[in-house]
Amino acid sequence: MSTSKSTAPNRPLSPFMIGPYYKPQLTSMLSITHRLTGMGLAGGTLLLAGWLIALASGPQAYAAYAGHIGAWYGQILLLGFSWALLYHLCNGIRHLFWDIGMGLEVDAAYRSGYAVIAVSAALTVVVWLFACLT
Amino acid sequence: MAQFTLPRNSTVSKTAGRHYPAPAGAGKVQTFKVYRYDPDSGDNPRVDSYDIDMSACGPMVLDALIKIKNEIDPTLTFRRSCREGICGSCAMNIDGTNTLACIKGCDEIKGEVKVYPLPHMPVVKDLVPDMTHFYAQLASIEPWLKTDSPAPTRERLQSEDDRARLDGLYECILCACCSTSCPSYWWNGDRYLGPAVLLQAYRWLVDSRDEATGDRLDQLEDPFKLFRCHTIMNCAKTCPKGLNPAKAIAQTKMMLVERRT
Repeated sequence: MSTSKSTAPNRPLSPFMIGPYYKPQLTSMLSITHRLTGMGLAGGTLLLAGWLIALASGPQAYAAYAGHIGAWYGQILLLGFSWALLYHLCNGIRHLFWDIGMGLEVDAAYRSGYAVIAVSAALTVVVWLFACLT
Repeated sequence: MAQFTLPRNSTVSKTAGRHYPAPAGAGKVQTFKVYRYDPDSGDNPRVDSYDIDMSACGPMVLDALIKIKNEIDPTLTFRRSCREGICGSCAMNIDGTNTLACIKGCDEIKGEVKVYPLPHMPVVKDLVPDMTHFYAQLASIEPWLKTDSPAPTRERLQSEDDRARLDGLYECILCACCSTSCPSYWWNGDRYLGPAVLLQAYRWLVDSRDEATGDRLDQLEDPFKLFRCHTIMNCAKTCPKGLNPAKAIAQTKMMLVERRT
């Protein structure tokens, strides 16, 4: 889609990209991470559906699927899936507070942002400790 | 669709930029890298670098730009007026953040100072963006007092508490720093009103003297005009007046929900 901000022809668009031209900041980075984890969760759901299909298809299919999931790359994928889920959950709760008008000051949004990073990381560690110990 | 790169005519030339060294015997030198676009040549934009003797320059980024225009390169074009942060003319992207050049101290920036026009706007020349669309969006929310009741013989009165609800809203100078810092506005600015205009919309929604609240809310109840705000908070972070458009937008969303119940 071309910009319709001006009727004058051929005016260049001023640079905008986050990184080279606009400073990344905690709130914008967490926002884009929320969107990316949301998309990642769709992929993770396919992973889960594949597991259920393998389970329904019999022991051989399940063993093959479990082999891939148990391999290093499968474990990395699961780690990413679990963190994405927990991040999206924590940040989703942050969004719910915003939706009732709470925590919208810049410093409050930064504090809740750091909290989301810390809590989602901690919960991921807890989930994996629980998975490894049982 | 979200756009992540610049169109072909807008990419910044890496080679065409000119360098203006500091005069011999200069004291403390700071380099200003300034976006340049000349509509007459039609060449792609470039970045010129100016080494400024800061011992012979005022403290603000605007002082440095005026020094460049007066003493080094009179073709440099930018808007400025009040030089004290109340007119909003010199809004630009300085050091990766939108702010007013007149109230941004050069000493707040480590190393070279990058100066670009407000992001994702059509550029008229150098640091001057075309604000036509932004102003049309402001006009679309009808930012004036609307009443049905007959005009009283004197002012329409307001209690102190009702007046206090306008604090944090009326101070907006419409510099567009916030709107042009907003990724949603970059990508949906044709239909999304953006933080500055939505803060103004809220300013009239909560004005106790205004009698068109319902109509104003009807106008905003739209998937794009208001609801493209995803609470990214670039607006509140960048506002040179310390206002919080994100909060005003959230409160507008709440007003829309509350009137349904």
